Amino acid sequence: MEIIEHYYYTKDHEWVCMEEESAMVGITDYAQSSLGDITFVELPTVDTEVEQFEELASVESVKAASDIFSPLGGRIVDVNHNLDSDPGLINRSPYERGWIAKIVAADLDQLGNLMNAEEYQSFLEAEKEE
Amino acid sequence: MDTNLKRTPIYEEHLALKAKMVPFGGWDMPVQYDGILKEYDYARQGAAIFDICHMGEFLVTGDAVESGLDHLVTQKIIDMPVGTCRYGCMLNEHGGIMDDLIVFRKAQQEWFIVVNASTTEKDAAHFRAHLSAKAQFKDLSSQTGKIDIQGPLSRDVLKQMVPGIEKLEFYSFGMFRFLEEEVLISRTGYTGELGYEIYMPWSKAADFWKALLKDSRVKPAGLGARDVLRLEVGYSLYGHELNEKKTPLESSLTRFVNFDKDFIGKHALLAQQVGGIKEKVVGFTALDRRSPRAEQKLFSEDGSLIGVVTSGSFSPALTKGIGLGFVNTGYGEQGQTIFFGDEKSKNPAIVSSRIFYKKGSLKL
Repeated sequence: MEIIEHYYYTKDHEWVCMEEESAMVGITDYAQSSLGDITFVELPTVDTEVEQFEELASVESVKAASDIFSPLGGRIVDVNHNLDSDPGLINRSPYERGWIAKIVAADLDQLGNLMNAEEYQSFLEAEKEE
Repeated sequence: MDTNLKRTPIYEEHLALKAKMVPFGGWDMPVQYDGILKEYDYARQGAAIFDICHMGEFLVTGDAVESGLDHLVTQKIIDMPVGTCRYGCMLNEHGGIMDDLIVFRKAQQEWFIVVNASTTEKDAAHFRAHLSAKAQFKDLSSQTGKIDIQGPLSRDVLKQMVPGIEKLEFYSFGMFRFLEEEVLISRTGYTGELGYEIYMPWSKAADFWKALLKDSRVKPAGLGARDVLRLEVGYSLYGHELNEKKTPLESSLTRFVNFDKDFIGKHALLAQQVGGIKEKVVGFTALDRRSPRAEQKLFSEDGSLIGVVTSGSFSPALTKGIGLGFVNTGYGEQGQTIFFGDEKSKNPAIVSSRIFYKKGSLKL
């Protein structure tokens, strides 16, 4: 499973990439692989506020629907409308073209509640062993 | 990991193909290999094979009526030509559907019956209890393997390995030599495409699987793709549209019931015909990609609870969500707007024909 070095991760397999103006959010390679072919993404509304670890979006695969939780709290400033017509972007490019939303973080200390790449790698390995 | 799950004789091949395995009807089955949408395409455009060894097979020997078989099933069997098969149901005394099944007439007095995996034991007990002393009954499930090959290319692929199968007409079957074995091959399936179901000795099923995959046009497909394929053509799935609390009239399978003969559950169905049914299965199509899911609720335009989703999926052919569900009679006219979801989130859909995909190669 691909993991990006400078991203931060949640236990629910979301990622966040800190950019200059905002934080880009999506789901991990592991998450897209577990879900299978993604067929629909319900995007959040721009200019609304979200709390850390609260529901941000939902994604549907052929078989099931899953909630996506926000790795950081803040204001949603952009969403990836390419997913409306091509939700499979998340399967093909989970860490880049399949991003879901951009958030202006309310409190960067919340990054401390997330895992770095190395920690997420260990977390995945532990989950696999269960 | 549930260690009580049963394994088909093709289990090791699924692991070698890196399939994702899931429990289904007490069996550890492949849900997908390359991905559900890819496997869906193999069946709609090429040739896909499915491991269906988990399903149950019975052999009944005896006269159609005197054996008691005719009384056990809803479809007419006395007029079936040898070499044909017919779909129907087995009901309890209350008209509830104990299973849906296919009866094959192998000889004048020899009947091969294919039932669902999760219901095999229950069905066998019901057969044993209701067949007459003039019938012989054998449960062949543990010695019979089954592989389905489905898709517009399935005939071209299979006839190279099994000469003669190209003559099989829809819902007919024959005995053929394949890999030095005598196998039953029927032109039937669960996808809406041209296709065949192959019944072979349990112990040889993996050899047949590997032989079929040697043709590069053939790809493995899992239960995930199978469910999407069957739902797009409106086929019922036992435990979803069909169960012991519902009759064929409610599950919209009336055309597979022959009222000119006697069968277990007939009196209940006749009473229901007089009294009327309270709910029925309908198909519905979502307005966008958001898809209904089994057990979600169905609502009318004024927000009243009118039913429940029994099957739901994204439809690759329509690029929209599709579903089947029970709705109260009085609702469910084609073209009517209904809503699926829960009290918090209601998503619009249009009641439609349950045959969502009509371009299949079934009768090719």
